[in-house]
Amino acid sequence: MKSIKTWILVGFASLLLVACGQGGGGAGSKKSKTLENTKKAGFVKCGVSQGLPGFSNADASGNWTGIDVDVCRAVAAAVLGDADKVKYTPLSAKERFTALTSGEIDVLARNTTWTLSRDADIGLTFVGVNFYDGQGFMVRKASGINSVNDFKDGISACTNTGTTTELNMRDFFNSKNIKYEPIAFEKADEVVQAYDAGRCDTYTTDKSGLAAQRTKLSNPDEHKVLPETISKEPLGPVVRQGDSVWEDIVRWSLNTMIEAEEYGVNSSNASSLKESDNPAIKRLVGAEGELGAAFGLDNEWSLRIIEQVGNYGESYKKHIADTGILPNRGPNELWTKGGILYVPPAR
Amino acid sequence: MNLKKFKFDLSNKNKDLIPQVLTVLVLVLVIIYFTINAQTNMGNRGISFGFGFLSQESSFDITFSLIDYDGSHSYARAFLVGLLNTILVSAIGIFFATILGVTIGIARLSPNYLISKAAEWYVEIFRNIPLILQIFFWYFAALRALPLTENSINFYDISFLNVKGWYVPKFVWTNFNLFFYSIIGATISVIFFSKYAKKQRDEFGRQLPVFYISLCLLIGIPLLTFLIGGVSLSFQVPQLEQLSKTVYVYKGGVSIIPELISLALALSMYTATFIAENVRAGILGVNKGQKEAAASIGLTKGQILKLVVMPQALRIIIPPTTNQYLNLTKNSSLAAAIAYPDIVLVFAGTALMQTGRAIEIISITMLTYLSLSLSISVFMNWYNKKMAIKEK
Repeated sequence: MKSIKTWILVGFASLLLVACGQGGGGAGSKKSKTLENTKKAGFVKCGVSQGLPGFSNADASGNWTGIDVDVCRAVAAAVLGDADKVKYTPLSAKERFTALTSGEIDVLARNTTWTLSRDADIGLTFVGVNFYDGQGFMVRKASGINSVNDFKDGISACTNTGTTTELNMRDFFNSKNIKYEPIAFEKADEVVQAYDAGRCDTYTTDKSGLAAQRTKLSNPDEHKVLPETISKEPLGPVVRQGDSVWEDIVRWSLNTMIEAEEYGVNSSNASSLKESDNPAIKRLVGAEGELGAAFGLDNEWSLRIIEQVGNYGESYKKHIADTGILPNRGPNELWTKGGILYVPPAR
Repeated sequence: MNLKKFKFDLSNKNKDLIPQVLTVLVLVLVIIYFTINAQTNMGNRGISFGFGFLSQESSFDITFSLIDYDGSHSYARAFLVGLLNTILVSAIGIFFATILGVTIGIARLSPNYLISKAAEWYVEIFRNIPLILQIFFWYFAALRALPLTENSINFYDISFLNVKGWYVPKFVWTNFNLFFYSIIGATISVIFFSKYAKKQRDEFGRQLPVFYISLCLLIGIPLLTFLIGGVSLSFQVPQLEQLSKTVYVYKGGVSIIPELISLALALSMYTATFIAENVRAGILGVNKGQKEAAASIGLTKGQILKLVVMPQALRIIIPPTTNQYLNLTKNSSLAAAIAYPDIVLVFAGTALMQTGRAIEIISITMLTYLSLSLSISVFMNWYNKKMAIKEK
């Protein structure tokens, strides 16, 4: 009897081995495995934040909105024809890259700073920038601190763990030769609560984050963001290394939104511009060229993005400006209007 | 050499061995397979595997550290800081959970209705609320309740409690080494003395006042170093300093951060409920006849508890309490939620995030918790064995 059991066990184990063996394949070179899987599943697997107003935030009924969410919606519109076919996975700062490299998500649109080590070292590829940010400090207005030069030895600073802010903070205080007390929480909500309770004198993170989190404080008007920016934080969507077609799809979904704004194409006028005289506009709305074919998509992919999600300007206005987070676009303005948003031509 | 011993004999024990060997073999194969699979997938995604990152500069700072640390130290050093912080909060938690647990456990058996009911309510409330909520409660309740730095609660002008922590005077030692050696010496002499006293009792039936003499040795010898050895101790009292119009900070003393206080508080209050139940079970588990018999041969109440009831109760109490100590240690990983820099926050959090080495770091962290738990287990098993009935 015992030996029969053993053979069953062995047989089961070898079945398991074979089954696993098929799952472990690598990334395709020409064909995009991620694209195939996405089409098969019928939705884009998108990693977002656990709630950052303006970037990715869920309302009471579970609908996600924000400019990061719009990147995923654009990809879904391009690939699946429907911007709503997205499955959102809220991730903490430290989970995000593992979730992406392990295949739990296919696009990471979670206000993630593009750095050399992240891009080169841990199996990720940054496809662009959808928000130029920089790290700043928030303090109580009554504190009398009006600039980072007013910080002195012994100041305590709250921030999130597992982010570039932790490193920038150290660089900044070291360069000023200030001894500080760093208090790093895992979730943004706890940082807000601790700062609100007076545990720390200043709260440091990306300036857009500060503006968004300020609204969660018990008395937002008693706090202010200091004018200095201590770091560059180009935030953008990330994909796994090794699937260049998928990488291109995500990159050009974002680029399409920015290019559409540049040419004045928006969600309401896009389809009527098919007859435009400008070939660049015609290419954007799929009336000229065969641009989608390069990714294995049809020719109307970009039109769907503009119609269903809107151009970058619409997205920014809806999520960042109209919500009062950062009414002024600053560097996130088109290069033609004094900002630094500049994308390669779609042709 | 007897070759017969090595003959493969299917009819005997070996028959039972085959399935076991095969099971182990399959298990090993599965592990090898998953390792190779992970390696291939990591290779495909351009992720390398290795522990070289441990010697790289960590470049992040940690609020609270028992050893010298800043961002210019290595990741390995950051790991050590996190590990020591985990051990610190676990040790504090175990210490207070034991005291509180034993007290509550005995209180539950009190003939006084009020005391026993209060203890019962305590147990029922604190063991039925999830620990993470209790941690948040103590942390944010404490933060909200404590005053700002400039209005600190003042303990005789030497210690201050406020929202940024509990500031206590810093000990400034001179000739600390001598003092330290004197404590070691005192401990050794106490051990020798108790052995001597036991021998006296066993051989001559003489009872020596072991407790008082040990106490005298423990206090007296270190005290001598102060009087004649040139050891001295002074205190550096924390001083309030103004950083800006409304920002104040205490400097000069030692700061016990509120994260540590609330975490230790939550852990010990939660675990104490389970220990209390163990203690109650242990004491109730000792046969009533034992106490009566002990009383009949003329032992005092204290001696009955110490010599008859506790040794038997401990045998029941120790094994489940070991589990509680292990739980407390593992539960301390919830520290990450309130920014106490334990190994999970520092190493499996920040370091993982900065290096992206998920597999390596999580493996190290798991192994660390495993070793911590096993060490506690080994120690408690040793203690349990010492307390077990010795059949003679």
